[in-house]
Amino acid sequence: MPMMRGCSSRTKLAQNQDRAVCMTNCPTLIVTVGLPARGKTYISKKLTRYLNWIGVPTREFNVGQYRRECVKIYKSFEFFRPDNEEGLKIRRQCASAALNDVRQYLSEEGGQVAVFDATNTTRERRETIIQFAEQNGFKVFFVESVCEDPDVIQENIVQVKLGSPDYTNCNTEEAVEDFMKRIKCYENSYETLDEVLDRVLDHIQSRIVYYLMNIHITPRSIYLCRHGESELNVNGRIGGDSGLTPRGKEFGKKLSQFILEQGISDLKVWTSQMKRTIQTAEALHVPYEQWKVLNEIDAGVCEEMMYEEIQDHYPLEFALRDQDKYRYRYPKGESYEDLVQRLEPVIMELERQENVLVICHQAVMRCLLAYFLDKTAEELPYLKCPLHTVLKLTPVAYGCKVESISLNVDAVDTHRERPENVEVSRMSEEALLTVPAHQ
Amino acid sequence: MSLTVKQRMCCVRTTAITADCGQPEARDKIEREIEREIEREIEREREREREREPATRDRIVSPSTRTEQPRAARMKHRSSSEQHHGKRPRVPAAAASTSPQDRMEDKPPSNPRELTQNPLKKIWMPCKNGLPEKHISQRKICMTNCPTLIVTVGLPARGKTYISKKLTRYLNWIGVPTREFNVGQYRRECVKIYKSFEFFRPDNEEGLKIRRQCASAALNDVRQYLSEEGGQVAVFDATNTTRERRETIIQFAEQNGFKVFFVESVCEDPDVIQENIVQVKLGSPDYTNCNTEEAVEDFMKRIKCYENSYETLDEVLDRDLSYIKIIDVGQRYLVNRVLDHIQSRIVYYLMNIHITPRSIYLCRHGESELNVNGRIGGDSGLTPRGKEFGKKLSQFILEQGISDLKVWTSQMKRTIQTAEALHVPYEQWKVLNEIDAGVCEEMMYEEIQDHYPLEFALRDQDKYRYRYPKGESYEDLVQRLEPVIMELERQENVLVICHQAVMRCLLAYFLDKTAEELPYLKCPLHTVLKLTPVAYGCKVESISLNVDAVDTHRERPENVNIHRTTRDALQTVPPHL
Repeated sequence: MPMMRGCSSRTKLAQNQDRAVCMTNCPTLIVTVGLPARGKTYISKKLTRYLNWIGVPTREFNVGQYRRECVKIYKSFEFFRPDNEEGLKIRRQCASAALNDVRQYLSEEGGQVAVFDATNTTRERRETIIQFAEQNGFKVFFVESVCEDPDVIQENIVQVKLGSPDYTNCNTEEAVEDFMKRIKCYENSYETLDEVLDRVLDHIQSRIVYYLMNIHITPRSIYLCRHGESELNVNGRIGGDSGLTPRGKEFGKKLSQFILEQGISDLKVWTSQMKRTIQTAEALHVPYEQWKVLNEIDAGVCEEMMYEEIQDHYPLEFALRDQDKYRYRYPKGESYEDLVQRLEPVIMELERQENVLVICHQAVMRCLLAYFLDKTAEELPYLKCPLHTVLKLTPVAYGCKVESISLNVDAVDTHRERPENVEVSRMSEEALLTVPAHQ
Repeated sequence: MSLTVKQRMCCVRTTAITADCGQPEARDKIEREIEREIEREIEREREREREREPATRDRIVSPSTRTEQPRAARMKHRSSSEQHHGKRPRVPAAAASTSPQDRMEDKPPSNPRELTQNPLKKIWMPCKNGLPEKHISQRKICMTNCPTLIVTVGLPARGKTYISKKLTRYLNWIGVPTREFNVGQYRRECVKIYKSFEFFRPDNEEGLKIRRQCASAALNDVRQYLSEEGGQVAVFDATNTTRERRETIIQFAEQNGFKVFFVESVCEDPDVIQENIVQVKLGSPDYTNCNTEEAVEDFMKRIKCYENSYETLDEVLDRDLSYIKIIDVGQRYLVNRVLDHIQSRIVYYLMNIHITPRSIYLCRHGESELNVNGRIGGDSGLTPRGKEFGKKLSQFILEQGISDLKVWTSQMKRTIQTAEALHVPYEQWKVLNEIDAGVCEEMMYEEIQDHYPLEFALRDQDKYRYRYPKGESYEDLVQRLEPVIMELERQENVLVICHQAVMRCLLAYFLDKTAEELPYLKCPLHTVLKLTPVAYGCKVESISLNVDAVDTHRERPENVNIHRTTRDALQTVPPHL
């Protein structure tokens, strides 16, 4: 960064300047379109999670939520009848309230993308939104979901509608029946998207399109784990490219058994290009692919050091890291923020794939986990990813179910919590307070 | 010293040679032994290669004359039934290391195999007795299991060839062996002299026969390229405007186990079509003997010949096909049934390109302190001459009078200092950082030869794929730069201030250079390359800003043998302080 008076010339903690590319000049309003039970909220939530993970501040605004806050108790589909004046009035108010919050988020709170999640099935409603966006200087992008496959719609209703607050007091049959009638209320006035919007996709829009083309809803599971315990792990050293300890190799064997027991068809196995993940994969006796981008975070000058040595040689760096672990970049190395950028193609490919086992590293696994579990930048670097434990992620409803399976092979703990004192002036003992035990 | 030399060879990339008992002569002796063993191993590998089938080849050393990048080993699976299913097809396991016989070897699970690190790419591979065994795919991702046939669709002058060539260039650059097959070319070879549009009349039996033959010849070459020559993607560039013709192609693909992806370009804007004709048709071999007016008139009639029988890709009738329809040069897109990774990458790429005239300026940072001392890498600042370059660059940019110029730099001090001299906003990209030379960072070539003569020789043998220990290769660089290329495609006028290796990679993309040429492209300091897209390619202007600077270009020396003398190795090192 250019030197400014009174400002440190440290580049590592600079924020917006390090952003790969300024995604948008003006904020973007994504608008869903579609009959109920077409996956609009699923898409909205997923897109929001993805954009936040890659560093684009995004929030979703679900008009149904606003309606539930307004009309405390849902009685029946009658509320949605096109001739229900009272219902229409309330729904219009809710949409306005949501748009108002959108405006505040994008114009005043630093948001960059807002996802306006509602049916928006009439041209008239969409025209209102377009005008709203124009007045406020937002770009608009519509995402319509069209589906007539009754099985898909049924599955959708079962997965997410039955559990909705609207139907807490109904049994399954009643809920389904009511919801079907609700859908009918929209069908007659449904005008599919055919607006001719005379502009070219900008960067964020083309990224969104790319993402939406790659996601699917086929049931599958993603397994995340680290390599087996390594020689450097045992010595409390970070980074490097060491091999497995005997316990690490034991983990490999246990992992192999575990995978067999899971009985997964067509499991893809991915590793990094570091020896310890490859050694672990070798124990599975199945084909695997090596990805350089899955390599552990580059600790630069601190590679292969113990935390005690880092405190000794670079106490300032050590403190800065504790102050902002997500954005902190090791000298000649990387930050978690860099890692996320480098891992984006992995996430994209994970979305395309079905059953995958990713054998990676602590920092890498934290980044991937944060994507699936929608963790913030503050939480991410402190997610617990212990050695010899497999996390099984299964998409369900709007989120992800996590099962943590320890394979019962002892290993050293490599998790270092944020110490209380992160001041640059702190003492060694305070800095090293949370370092886990090692040889 | 109980370790065998072979085992030690495996350890040579880690810190100390374990059998070192502190005596320099002993260590030297071990190092020499190891080098000899490596050389023997390389020779053995060459032997094995000669015996092995092409699909599993992985060159450790390649002073190669191949023009395309080697295809990573992969399974011979072809699932021709995947394509037209209603639901998402199951793609068979993409990892490359299984072939039917390998699977059987795996059956009785024994102890995990030992690993050895490939000396060139620093990839860990399983080995037996210290020798590399199988070939795990080193590619980030196996793009396709079965080859893909991209088929263009559209009336003449709709940009099909432009798209074909651009797509081919992009895919080759990211490492997917791709070739285009232009049926018009085949026709020109068949019918030596083009007379007039009459050839294309729908009632011209003779013409139709020849055109059908040409299409078949092209498809035959496609088959050979994809099935026998290691190609992964073939772009079949022709009008393909009737459903009947497309059906023929689909059947051809099914028979051969290729996936099909259609790219249709639809445009009715007369200005765009006119501009198209002027840019690429007038210069075509078909019209060498015509004046502009005659050529345009004839071409318009040619287009008319196709119009009546044109059956555009239909949302309903063609709903089972995989395609993208590009409408009005990217105003709208219709995408249907994207089946796999390569197709989604292709769609993403096609949605990001545009034809708005613009220029891309590429240059390196000004001369740096390390440059002057003949040292590579590092993060040093500019010399006085480097700062002078910054000023000259600022003047140059002003003179160019570019509207809305974006300026990008890396996150290294020398590029940022250069940009600062322009007094305009600029964006820093970490991915534009110079190639990471790992353990060789900040060394002079002389020092690299001194400390790592083997590495230095391997690098000269295959500069594109060679990865520095704890560093990167040009191949890694290309992967890391892909988002930059994508964003450059989206943008209009951009100035990229970067580094030698990075600039070589970007230049190779725009000028369609091979992996062999790329690491030796000349990108001198204090010189700006101005790239302007024109017709099917890129015009390059090299503008030296007349500020002296050290030369940092090292040509490939004649002797790349690992036993060469120091003198031979350092023969092509440019002079420095």
